[in-house]
Amino acid sequence: MKIESLTIDAVRQALGTRQASAAELTREALRFAERENPRTGAYLHFSPERALAAAARVDERLAHGEDPGPLAGVPVAVKDVIVTKGVRTTCASKLLANYVPPYDATAIVRMEAAGGIVLGKTNCDEFAMGSSTENSAFGPVRNPVALDRVPGGSSGGSAAAVAQGTAVVALGSDTGGSIRQPASFCGVVGVTPTYGRVSRYGLTAFASSLDHIGPFARTVKDAAILLGAIAGRDPADSTSAEAPVPDYTAALDGNVKGLKLGLPREYLKDLKGESSDLLYRGVDVLKRLGCEVREISMPATDYAIATYYIICTAEASSNLARYDGVRYTTRSPHSDTLSEMYRNTRGEGFGAECKRRIMLGTYVLSHGYYDAYYLKAQKVRALIARDFARAFEQVDAIVAPVSPFPAFKLGEKLDDPMAMYLSDIYTITGSLAGVPCMSVPCGQTAEGLPVGMQILTRHFGETTMFRLAHAFEQSGAVN
Amino acid sequence: MKVPMSSSAIDLASADAIARYEPVIGLEIHVQLATATKIFCGCPTGFGAPPNTNVCPVCLGLPGALPVLNREAVELALKAALALNCQIHQHSRFARKNYFYPDLPKGYQISQYDEPFSENGRVEIVVDGVRKSIGITRIHMEDDAGKSMHEGFKDSARYSYVDLNRCGTPLCEIVTEPDLRSSDEAYALLTEIKQVLQFVGVSTCDMEKGHLRCDANVSVRPRGTLPFGTKAEVKNLNSFRFLKQALDYEIARQVAVIESGGTVEQETRLYDPDSGETAGMRSKEHAHDYRYFPEPDLVPLRIADEWLSAIRATMPELPGRKRARFISEFGLREYDADVLTSTRAASEYFETAARVSGEPRAAANWVMGDLMGLLKTEARDIADAPVSAGNLGDLVKRIAAGEISGKMAKEIFAKMFASGEPAAAIIEREGLKQISDTDELQRTVADVIAKNPKQVEQYKGGKTAVLNYLVGQVMRATRGQANVAAVTELLKKMLGADRIC
Repeated sequence: MKIESLTIDAVRQALGTRQASAAELTREALRFAERENPRTGAYLHFSPERALAAAARVDERLAHGEDPGPLAGVPVAVKDVIVTKGVRTTCASKLLANYVPPYDATAIVRMEAAGGIVLGKTNCDEFAMGSSTENSAFGPVRNPVALDRVPGGSSGGSAAAVAQGTAVVALGSDTGGSIRQPASFCGVVGVTPTYGRVSRYGLTAFASSLDHIGPFARTVKDAAILLGAIAGRDPADSTSAEAPVPDYTAALDGNVKGLKLGLPREYLKDLKGESSDLLYRGVDVLKRLGCEVREISMPATDYAIATYYIICTAEASSNLARYDGVRYTTRSPHSDTLSEMYRNTRGEGFGAECKRRIMLGTYVLSHGYYDAYYLKAQKVRALIARDFARAFEQVDAIVAPVSPFPAFKLGEKLDDPMAMYLSDIYTITGSLAGVPCMSVPCGQTAEGLPVGMQILTRHFGETTMFRLAHAFEQSGAVN
Repeated sequence: MKVPMSSSAIDLASADAIARYEPVIGLEIHVQLATATKIFCGCPTGFGAPPNTNVCPVCLGLPGALPVLNREAVELALKAALALNCQIHQHSRFARKNYFYPDLPKGYQISQYDEPFSENGRVEIVVDGVRKSIGITRIHMEDDAGKSMHEGFKDSARYSYVDLNRCGTPLCEIVTEPDLRSSDEAYALLTEIKQVLQFVGVSTCDMEKGHLRCDANVSVRPRGTLPFGTKAEVKNLNSFRFLKQALDYEIARQVAVIESGGTVEQETRLYDPDSGETAGMRSKEHAHDYRYFPEPDLVPLRIADEWLSAIRATMPELPGRKRARFISEFGLREYDADVLTSTRAASEYFETAARVSGEPRAAANWVMGDLMGLLKTEARDIADAPVSAGNLGDLVKRIAAGEISGKMAKEIFAKMFASGEPAAAIIEREGLKQISDTDELQRTVADVIAKNPKQVEQYKGGKTAVLNYLVGQVMRATRGQANVAAVTELLKKMLGADRIC
């Protein structure tokens, strides 16, 4: 049993045949992860006590002949923006360097109830703002596939941990592509479910109307199992959906014959080089599997980046106001007045990207600018959502690139925030529309860098999305 | 005259000068909704708990926590809107009001901005006998902030302290139109709103506990002109007395500014109850930009017709209507009707007593006199009066029926108040029934006549005043239980009959 290539099924089998106990497995996973982590820096810190306590509960359930849950004994890495009771949750920010939450996110509660084991907390861009994980206050993460490259972001640590094998699956968060893009860069599966599918309670807010929690896994099936365990209505999140959660794994039957797929013209016109070649090769595979592929148009796409960066910064400027040095935030020590305390705490505490977004967001919400920016952006957002609604009248799923390029080198785009923002072009439309979308590995460049294919479906259409991704994965055309 | 600065020690305008101007006033009233729990979490709303104990991740604004709207808060807010004759929007939205303050842990207040749940209401006030209708611009819901405390702690010299128990307490903000033209009208409006909200159980409106807070927008204009003057917002008017004092001060200050050739500045001013003055707090240039935007953590509020109808069905009769009905139906005087509708408990008590007794005016006198007197002595509320409204009504009914005398009733009432027993039990036990039975009385009267020949002689000699003495003798003989009117009649009849013989 190789710990770095375990799947959820393999863990289940190991526990079921008493080949290993959950405690043994957890200890082994922690040992391996602690040993291997320095190579990438995927984890910020581990949570051995919590992990072993959870493993003991799984073993107890097994000893009593009870169902230990679909994630029994599965080591999970958790992005450090998702709060964990008693386990430091830093959001990769100096401001929360020592913050220990007194409560668990709903996704964590559900994941553990399903038998999952929180191995530790993963690095990310500060408050999930970034596309490379270089904005972490605690240093960057290296892409396990190519150590001189970024793992993508903002959930770079979670993607890297799964790619590196230091976790079987991971939880990340996605606001404009923060799960799909790192999944693509690291060659793993990353899922952004429908907005409202997974409770946001306990997800440190970046942009509330765009924030999602979602799974990373090495296989589509594992991602489907993890999503199934954490999805569903939560009374603590008013925006969580009532819709029942289907058994996502039941759809993984390989049958995609006759599925109608749309290729949006606007996504492909500027896609170049190997990213383009790999995507078209992937599309050919889907055609061979029996899918009907047609070109579609999503005309509002051109306005997506501007729209996204107005809405997300506006919400961020408000969501990040609470880090003011009054209570749990690390307070700047040398301030004589209240306003100095605010300024010093926030000035010293936030990194450059957070400050940039707080300033942008404050500006677009300011008196006299609100209508021109925020209100207009909301209208465009509605147009983008309409594009999707119209597309899904014609097709069952949209197939698109995830990123214009594969993983770039550490430091390469750090000084050019605009270039970094533009790289989000293919992922933010799905985020703005709130539709489910995922990245599934689609091959590698000549240099061996992974490239993902994005699949998007209608609201609560995760079943179709997983069916397609699974059939694609199982076709063996990749690798 | 100096041009007044926005600090203390300024010359106020003379009464003559003030009389040449007309104040224009609108109120912003914050009312704490009487829910058991906070507006966006399950923490209790109780007053007086040790600092920072009624708190949770949501009201502390911890990372990741999300608000969930309290249904009871919405119900009470809807009742407030119905009571103030407002139009209720089926669809409304919460918005974030962003500002930094240590007692605001989220860094924003969740309020309603461009889509409040309720608008366009009306409230009637009466000042000096003149009835006037005041417009309610809007009512919206919001969460309260915590409390900053600058004194009373070990390190208060160096630090301020924050208590977040109040954080997340549900509030309604009621904004009135600038329809008020004097501090008396403002006083009357606040009184009316307080009474109405207490009546419908929306709020305790306890000003000492901060359950009712008031700010005012004040401007003045030369009488007979239409355009509004520049307004100042006066904050911290947290008692009825302060409201009137602050408004009178602010009106006099603004008139003085204008009379001395200055211009009133648009600013926020704080009322200081110690000096009785208002002082500049922040000017228009320093006004907050709250950067309102729709709260993404809450879904829009939809109020279903059925829900609203159900709430409407539970609404009690409002004080204004009740007052009018007490006058028309029970023949009460206006003053009595006012007193008896001052609280819902008093009005309900009176109405029950009135119906049981069948003598509304007598019942009113008993409620306002003996009952309220004793309650006041014992500092008790009418809601927990030891004498039930039904029992008081029954007592009044017995007086009217001549079963007991008014004098006896006073004694019986005192005993009822002490023991909580109904009148019947006390009358029975103490044998206090008034004697109206003519046969029994006739024997006693004959006896008194026989025992007082001298007085009988005087009476017959034309000294009719002596009759009172004889009545007294009969009353004594019956231990006060005889019906005075019946005794007098009998004496006259029997003495007169004698004379004829």
